[in-house]
Amino acid sequence: MKLFRIRGGVHPEERKEATAQRPIEAVPLPALLRIPLQQHIGAPAEPVVRMGERVLKGQLLANSQGMISAPVHAPTSGRIVRIGGYTAPHPSGLPVRTITLEPDGKDQWIGLEGVDDPFALEPEAISARVAAAGIVGMGGATFPAAVKLNLRRRYRLRLLVINGAECEPYLTCDDRLMQEQAAEVVDGIRIMAHALGVTRALVAIEDNKPRAQEAMRMACQGDPVVSVAGVPTRYPMGSEKHLVQALTGLETPARGLTADIGVVVHNAATAFAVHEAIRFGKPLLERVVTVSGGAVRTPRNLRTLLGTPVEHLLKLCGGTTAEPERLLSGGPMMGQVLPSVRVPVVKGCNGILALTPDEVRSERAMPCIRCASCVGACPCGLVPLEMAAYIRAGDLEGAARFGLADCIACGSCSYVCPSRIPLVQYFNHAKGEVAARERARVKQEETRRLAAQKSERLERMAQAKREALARRKAEMAARKQAEAEARA
Amino acid sequence: MKNPIPHPGPHAHAGNTVRRTMVLVMPALLPATVYGVLLFGWPALYLLLVTVASALVAEAVSLRIAGRPVMPFVTDGSALLTGWLLALTLPPWAPWWIGVAGAIIAIVPAKQVFGGIGQNPFNPAMVARVALLISFPLEMTTFVAPQPLWSGQGPGLLAALDVTFGSGGSLDAVSSATVLGHVKTELGRGVALDAAQAGTWGAGALALGGVAGSLGETSALLILAGGLFLLVRRVISWHIPVAMLATLALLAAVAHGLAPDRFAGAGHHLLAGATLLGAFFIATDLVTSPVTRRGQIIYGAGCGLLVFVIRTWAGYPEGMAFAVMLMNSMTPLIDHYLRPRIYGRDRRGEPLVVADAAGRASHD
Ligand code: SF4
Ligand code: SF4
Repeated sequence: MKLFRIRGGVHPEERKEATAQRPIEAVPLPALLRIPLQQHIGAPAEPVVRMGERVLKGQLLANSQGMISAPVHAPTSGRIVRIGGYTAPHPSGLPVRTITLEPDGKDQWIGLEGVDDPFALEPEAISARVAAAGIVGMGGATFPAAVKLNLRRRYRLRLLVINGAECEPYLTCDDRLMQEQAAEVVDGIRIMAHALGVTRALVAIEDNKPRAQEAMRMACQGDPVVSVAGVPTRYPMGSEKHLVQALTGLETPARGLTADIGVVVHNAATAFAVHEAIRFGKPLLERVVTVSGGAVRTPRNLRTLLGTPVEHLLKLCGGTTAEPERLLSGGPMMGQVLPSVRVPVVKGCNGILALTPDEVRSERAMPCIRCASCVGACPCGLVPLEMAAYIRAGDLEGAARFGLADCIACGSCSYVCPSRIPLVQYFNHAKGEVAARERARVKQEETRRLAAQKSERLERMAQAKREALARRKAEMAARKQAEAEARA
Repeated sequence: MKNPIPHPGPHAHAGNTVRRTMVLVMPALLPATVYGVLLFGWPALYLLLVTVASALVAEAVSLRIAGRPVMPFVTDGSALLTGWLLALTLPPWAPWWIGVAGAIIAIVPAKQVFGGIGQNPFNPAMVARVALLISFPLEMTTFVAPQPLWSGQGPGLLAALDVTFGSGGSLDAVSSATVLGHVKTELGRGVALDAAQAGTWGAGALALGGVAGSLGETSALLILAGGLFLLVRRVISWHIPVAMLATLALLAAVAHGLAPDRFAGAGHHLLAGATLLGAFFIATDLVTSPVTRRGQIIYGAGCGLLVFVIRTWAGYPEGMAFAVMLMNSMTPLIDHYLRPRIYGRDRRGEPLVVADAAGRASHD
């Protein structure tokens, strides 16, 4: 297959060998499961169970709210012991609304209803089932999958791309899943292609995963729809827009979606979840998590119930050898610092990494030496050093003028910067600031509009009053005059 | 965990540091430097040491005065490199105060006044060189003929101290014109190029470096080897040196082809003087050159053009320092106009328009 060049990018040390050969293993039930009500981009789900209630595996715990949202389900049977704030698996560590479930150890399923022939279903029925199963993008973006399956209503689509690139170092959960459950993943892909109404699906797998490529090729041999494409091992190959460009040569317009050029991208693990949801009616209750990093004694790939505390997984991996320098959810390039080992695994968590100082290689920041490494590394054609200079000078408009909004926060620039300037931090901060200002501006305008409306309304009422008064006066005068005339 | 503070990604690094970037240039400079010292004797070594030491002291003192942390910056290698590069462009028997003055100019007004590393618009070593050339034209254009250490002709360890730190009395006896200077003078007197070049200055001599000239720029081969090392280790990219050398060679070849008697050919320009040192070590200075590949090509070509113009028509036989500084001043402009195209946008920054083949089914 012909591939296209993408610009920039970096080649971080892969460090996948620690877990690439380890089959996916099951995780024994932890004592408690913590299920945050927001494990996706969008509005948090709303609980439909009460404290003390006994629930079955797969039972709905909280329903989705609004267009972009996803429900959550009970990962096992047990009792709801708490509904309330709990530390989020997010760097802020702020509490989020969380359902705590105490497993009863019986792992007793609620009744499930699968579909024998998904291809006989209407596309809308498929996305409705995917929505009900609470499936979100499992590559880490956690965008509700059903919303993306519905895109054909608004876009002319022709290609489904399955992101099996797994370009982040350390992570091998998609690699293992594609090796071990290739047939199921391919089935999920075909169901999604059907829902999207496309006749072609490409599974993109980086060339450093020859076994996954092989397994997936075998599984889709002779398939008229699905085929496998090896893509170069280059970070951020997993970025949707760049992956699509590498495969099709087409560039997604700024501020647009890949759907603008007729392509929808889903993650390989999402495809697997779709297979389970449609064939067996299983909601999303578990995912494969790579637990790795230099500070982990025995790195593993674990099939983990959502809500399992990170602590529990680390213990299964023999614990940490030393105090880890940093504990992450996700890969080292875009992963987020976890505030504590007590936070739970959520739908978008593809890795738990405990890194040593050697791996993190943090150093004090020095001034920019204009070495241009960041310019060469940026896959989006930005000039990071310049944007950073604007931001440092407090000139957010300047940074915005030079493409701040086009930055995908991939971290390639920071990764290569010899001065160790926290470029991505600048950009994220500035983006947040710009968004906040925009919100403030909109709000101010809204207030002004309302105020204007109100004074207009008051003015109108006063006017009406004045007019009524005048009218009455006129009437009185008329009447008086009429009376006077009558008397005369 | 040691680091519970929210830390933004990435949580890994390629491992490069400012110091490493600077330190990698040093082995590349070493062959030409060692050869320069061997060729011009102990005074050359003294001058090098004086210049480098003064640069480090000037850096430390400026940092202290500015109230910035001294150690991380003095040891980042940049001041050392500036002093080293400056020394390589000085006449090898220049008196000590030339080295000291040059180093101070390079570090204080040309670098620290602008805010230190990364902030200076002009290459500090070139600022210093030009300032010295204008202020002390005699000392800066008095070159010695090579008196290699191995030949036993030059001054010994102690006698050399007198050359660098003393009166330098023996200088007249050995002074000699550089290749560029000689040819320029002769051409200026109306001598035909062939006659002007006659003598020992064949391409072979220039490549090997047994000629009068600045401390570190006489052996084209050794400098080229250093430059290739930098390329291979990816400290520099090919864009600036190739654009610069190609432009210079092309212009020289065309001029020489049109009037062989009045213009030296490409080989002469490439091998003589500071051409290669400039192309690989000076014009490629990260701080003062453009950041995009396309910008670097324009910048390199501009350096090549200016070197040719200055050497051919201006009053100085060598034009490298002027050329690089002139192009340094163009860097912000080049960076402004030659920014990369942003993903998903056209060159003007407008979002790309989707072709008909796919796209929105309806425009809502
Ligand atoms: S984080 Fe942003 S600026 Fe940096 S390389 Fe990625 S896209 Fe470019
Ligand atoms: S990589 Fe760092 S030091 Fe180099 S230009 Fe970019 S910001 Fe400056």
